[in-house]
Amino acid sequence: MARLAATLLASALFIGQAAAAEPLKLGFVAPMSGAQAEYGLQMMNGMKTYMAQNGDSVAGREVEIIVKDSGGPNPDVAKRLTQELIVRDKVDFLVGYGFSPNAFAAAPLATDSETPLIIFNAATSSIPTKSPFIARVSMTLAQHAYGIAKWANGEDIKTVYTLYADYAPGRDANAQFTKIFTEGGGEIVGEIGVPLSSPDFGPYMQRIKDAKPDAIFMWFPSGELANTMLKAYRARGLDDDGIVALGTSDLVDDNSLDSMGEDAVGLITAAHYSAAHDSELNKAFVKAYDEVSGGSPRPNFMGVAAYDGLAAIYHVTEELGGDVSDGKKVMELLTGLTFESPRGPIEISAEDRDIVQNIYIRETKDTGEGLYNIEFETMPMVVDPGKD
Amino acid sequence: MPLTLPRRGLFALEILFWIALAASFFVFPDRLYLLTQILIAALFAVSLDIALGYAGILTLGHAVFFGMGAYAAGLLAKAGWAEPLTGLALAFVLCGLVAYALSVMIVRAGELTQLMVTIAVGAIVVEIANQATPITGGSDGLQGISMWPVLGAFDFDLWGKTAFVYTFVVVLALFIVVRRMLQSPYGLALKGIHGNRKRMYALGSPVEGRLRFAYAASAAIAGVAGALLAQTTEFVGLDTLSIDRSAAVLIILVLGGTGRLYGGIVGAIVYMVVHDFFADLSPEFWMFWLGLFLMAIVMIGSGGILGGLSRLVRSERS
Repeated sequence: MARLAATLLASALFIGQAAAAEPLKLGFVAPMSGAQAEYGLQMMNGMKTYMAQNGDSVAGREVEIIVKDSGGPNPDVAKRLTQELIVRDKVDFLVGYGFSPNAFAAAPLATDSETPLIIFNAATSSIPTKSPFIARVSMTLAQHAYGIAKWANGEDIKTVYTLYADYAPGRDANAQFTKIFTEGGGEIVGEIGVPLSSPDFGPYMQRIKDAKPDAIFMWFPSGELANTMLKAYRARGLDDDGIVALGTSDLVDDNSLDSMGEDAVGLITAAHYSAAHDSELNKAFVKAYDEVSGGSPRPNFMGVAAYDGLAAIYHVTEELGGDVSDGKKVMELLTGLTFESPRGPIEISAEDRDIVQNIYIRETKDTGEGLYNIEFETMPMVVDPGKD
Repeated sequence: MPLTLPRRGLFALEILFWIALAASFFVFPDRLYLLTQILIAALFAVSLDIALGYAGILTLGHAVFFGMGAYAAGLLAKAGWAEPLTGLALAFVLCGLVAYALSVMIVRAGELTQLMVTIAVGAIVVEIANQATPITGGSDGLQGISMWPVLGAFDFDLWGKTAFVYTFVVVLALFIVVRRMLQSPYGLALKGIHGNRKRMYALGSPVEGRLRFAYAASAAIAGVAGALLAQTTEFVGLDTLSIDRSAAVLIILVLGGTGRLYGGIVGAIVYMVVHDFFADLSPEFWMFWLGLFLMAIVMIGSGGILGGLSRLVRSERS
């Protein structure tokens, strides 16, 4: 009898231990294949960098990342993968989400299952309002557009022509820039929405050149087309006419900046992160990241967002002693969380769980070790201006 | 020497096939979303089969109707009437009518012209949906759809149980209609037009009218498939209209076998399951393995999976 009791006790203890050692599961939904595969790679590297620096377990639980490929903007696929991560893999956190439609589609599932969902990129302002279980550690496009418009107001720039990709993010960027710039006394002399599919920028640039504005605000999603737009700006000689080029980090993404060459030098852009950000923490981050990625690509805003996302998750898990089963408690701790990131101080807003962070104005320079965005002005702790 | 199957055996096989599909509900209770999306892809592929496999209309723009159905059902729900069956009916009627109007252009064109026209229509519709952001949500997608319970009793749940059963019943019901339609003299006439159009003219068959009806029916069913996706995911993105989706459904149908009724369904099952398997195995490089798999299937012979099977097993009829 005593032996039976001892066996029972031993097995109970064993079960207890096994439960404590359950891995902490992160369901990671991001573009891993296709044209935007670098998004997923940046995020993956960012997470691996944090784990390399801080260990791959937290509060006694080993961190397990379950990778799911959403491809491009595929809301139905993203929703299915999210649902399976919740009901089948029983993940503790949902992370990633490169594209806004994917995040929008997943939002109701986070609410229904009370699973915390940490956005690593999707940048449409309204995303965190779609579920109380969403927190964003990346950025909003409106923050960038706000930054560059404010800066232009402070300079000798009175008239701006805007050129943007004619789909939701492009229109948002344009609307936000226009709002801030005109409120600050500037004038928009014209705007052109360019179709997203294989545009020819030449004629548009010529039209803008003829209008002789002080500056041009350009927005296209980072990648091939943004580069093409920039080339057209140079080729038509807008720079020779003294028309200043303004943009957001999409124009000079760290991921591809080095391959853009001369065309990018001298551009003024607004963003929340540059690989050249001058801080000890960032230097350590870039070094560790390079070890993970093998030196190429260098970290960009998505890498740093994933890194910070894991920092937030580690913090909350530690705080709760490893028991993150109550999504509401997790969100309570995430809300209002402030910490130092490689990009500078950040806060997950107590108001709406959106990111609050410094926006930097940078100039793209050839540092001798390649092209970098060098920050020269800081707008401290910018709250997303795009939600009204 | 191919196996020979008695005619009644073939019918029993069909019944068995559908029972197996239904049973997947119990076998894979945590994969119901995948199963639901397989069923939706299957219905979409069957709809394409009517136009492509039976009527011989070459199209690379069938996602136009899939997406139109999705937006119709989504917008109706957002406008305040979120009853699922009404959404399906709206998608069916709307897509059928639009396709019937468009079919004037399509049935008169040659094969390459058909491809061109359907691609062009697709590009226009995508851009309209992109520009009409206040209505469609543009590239952010149509959000905030919340469906009422099916028949007022079954709520759409997190596990996707309602979504699966609802989709299964709708797909089965429509499939029975399509099966009846294609096995009727009308279906035979379609096959005749596909095989030898001039001869059908000579026989006095109203070729154009038949083709236009086939195209409209095909579009109406594609619309229902889209509406099912909108209702079960409660979201509609621009991707529902995209040429990528048109191409994917074409691959699914060719993989399964065109003009064989079950080709679309078998293709959807194999394609989606293999896709899911490879994507899990290798999130970065699954496209390579999937591509290799598709090439291997094509090498086996024409007619897709069902074409290959038909060389092994024959029914008494043929």
